[in-house]
Amino acid sequence: MNGILRLTFRYLAYNKLKTITLILCVSLALLLPVLLQFGVVQFEQDLLARARSTPLIAGAKGSRFDLALQSMYFSRAELEPTTMQEVESIQETGYALPIPLALRFTAQGAPLVGTTLDYFEFRKLEIEKGTSLRRLGDCVIGASLAEKIQLKPGDRLMSDPLNVFDLSGNYPLKMRVVGVLGKSGSPDDDAVFVDLKTEWVISGIGHGHQSINAATDKDLVLKQEDQRTIANAAVPQFNEVTEDNLASFHFHGQSETFPISSIILVPADEKSEVLLLGMYDAENSVLQLIRPTEIVNELLELVFRVKQLFDMNTLLVSVSVGLLLALIFLLSLRLRKRERQTMFQLGSSRSTIWKLQLTEIAFILGTSLIIVFGIAVVFRIYAYQIMRFLFIE
Amino acid sequence: MIRLQQLHFRYPQSTFRLNIPELEIKAAERIAVIGPSGCGKTTLLNLISGILIPDQGTLISCGIDLKTLNDSQRRAYRISKIGFVFQEFELIDYLNVRDNILLPYFINGTLQLDESVHARAQELAASMQIDQYFSSRIDQISQGERQRVAICRALLPQPQILLADEPTGNLDPANKRLIRDLLLEHATRTNATLIMVTHDDRLLDQFERTINIERFHEVVETA
Repeated sequence: MNGILRLTFRYLAYNKLKTITLILCVSLALLLPVLLQFGVVQFEQDLLARARSTPLIAGAKGSRFDLALQSMYFSRAELEPTTMQEVESIQETGYALPIPLALRFTAQGAPLVGTTLDYFEFRKLEIEKGTSLRRLGDCVIGASLAEKIQLKPGDRLMSDPLNVFDLSGNYPLKMRVVGVLGKSGSPDDDAVFVDLKTEWVISGIGHGHQSINAATDKDLVLKQEDQRTIANAAVPQFNEVTEDNLASFHFHGQSETFPISSIILVPADEKSEVLLLGMYDAENSVLQLIRPTEIVNELLELVFRVKQLFDMNTLLVSVSVGLLLALIFLLSLRLRKRERQTMFQLGSSRSTIWKLQLTEIAFILGTSLIIVFGIAVVFRIYAYQIMRFLFIE
Repeated sequence: MIRLQQLHFRYPQSTFRLNIPELEIKAAERIAVIGPSGCGKTTLLNLISGILIPDQGTLISCGIDLKTLNDSQRRAYRISKIGFVFQEFELIDYLNVRDNILLPYFINGTLQLDESVHARAQELAASMQIDQYFSSRIDQISQGERQRVAICRALLPQPQILLADEPTGNLDPANKRLIRDLLLEHATRTNATLIMVTHDDRLLDQFERTINIERFHEVVETA
């Protein structure tokens, strides 16, 4: 081993505590700005990629951010619902393919997305295991979620109750997992997808129960109106859709009044997009139509403003750490003056003596950089989740 | 071997002056340098080793006129010809005994560290009875043993001139004699010139000659 390196390692090993402290100080001073930069860049890429692949989103008037973020990332937000009638209206214009999204529920904490099969095609989501949605009560789960909660086709997944204390509210539905999506590196990986009708069953609009014979099941009849028998609350409802009870599931009310959270619009062409934007720009329009890229850019501006504050803070911290390190090195140089003098008297050149000191600094900086690099690589893998947690959820 | 003629030296902004009209030290001679503190004993060693450059006069050592050498040539001279032993030992606390002995080879690219050097270091340490501490840290051995490590370090590159600057200053009487005898013995064995600075008159009897440096020293009044 080269003499300088040998002396460097001996010195650093002899002063373990000092060396470790210095490496940690430098690593920490470097880590924050590096991770922040890394995270913001990754976040920007991920956000923009999702936004660019989502041309337009329609939803009830209210927060544009909530509408965009919930429709693209399935984040929790209390969106005013819109109805299926709006989906049909858009469909009738022929300007765009409307993909309805119902996003009120969760299953094992994961967002439950009620939609149509068009969504899978639109997002280019492939079924990796099992099949696509086939009937009421089926669900398809994202790859990461399947891995996390250890579910596979054939297993059952229970939806979460919206409010456990609300006795008149919805009841959880035991869903049949029929497929697992391939990994897409998007929020779809962490979601549960069901048909809109299944979502409506979970919300209580549709249900299945045993058929009632007014003559024999008197305890279950609330009132009889001509040909119509109205059952009371004692009728046991099915909490799982099976082949046997599938036919008993039905919906009350007109389907065009059924609620949805938002609509993704895939315009036929640029002209159609402009026409749609014009259509919903009117003051009396019940819907708002947003371009996700515009919303994401606004969100990123906010993120960058927060980052600027962090950068300022980091700069000050880094300068302080730098000055402290410089002080430590200067004090160390002073303490080791006799060592340098001895080396000089033993024939060492001044440049060799300085090389020795610089090698020590280089080792500390190098080790710190390796640590920062290692953490940054790990962080990169989780950057999306962390930034999403910080800025979306 | 070493010849100083009409040599004048002074430190910048100091009243200290060293004027040596004539001083000759023969090869393999064992010399003790004495004199009160601050009279220039260490300065004389630093001049002979090429660390300090005389203001005037001639200083020829091992046939080399030191005044004509540039920095790197003086360094090369120091590496190849000089061995230094200090009063405070000046060992490196983060190195073990073996690495302290080998230190000149770590910091001088011109010295080749090979198996023969390792063997010689082992042999020297054995002759000084410190080979059992080869892997020990410096703070784990006694003062006398530390000075023996320092002597091994000075002798390892096989210098022609061994300069010892009060090497017994920090030792007890028994160790003082031991260190002096070791220096004399190794200088004799390797045929090296030994110049040892000391304050202790009881150590002078084994030296061939004693130089009292006080006679070359003067203090000049500054304006």
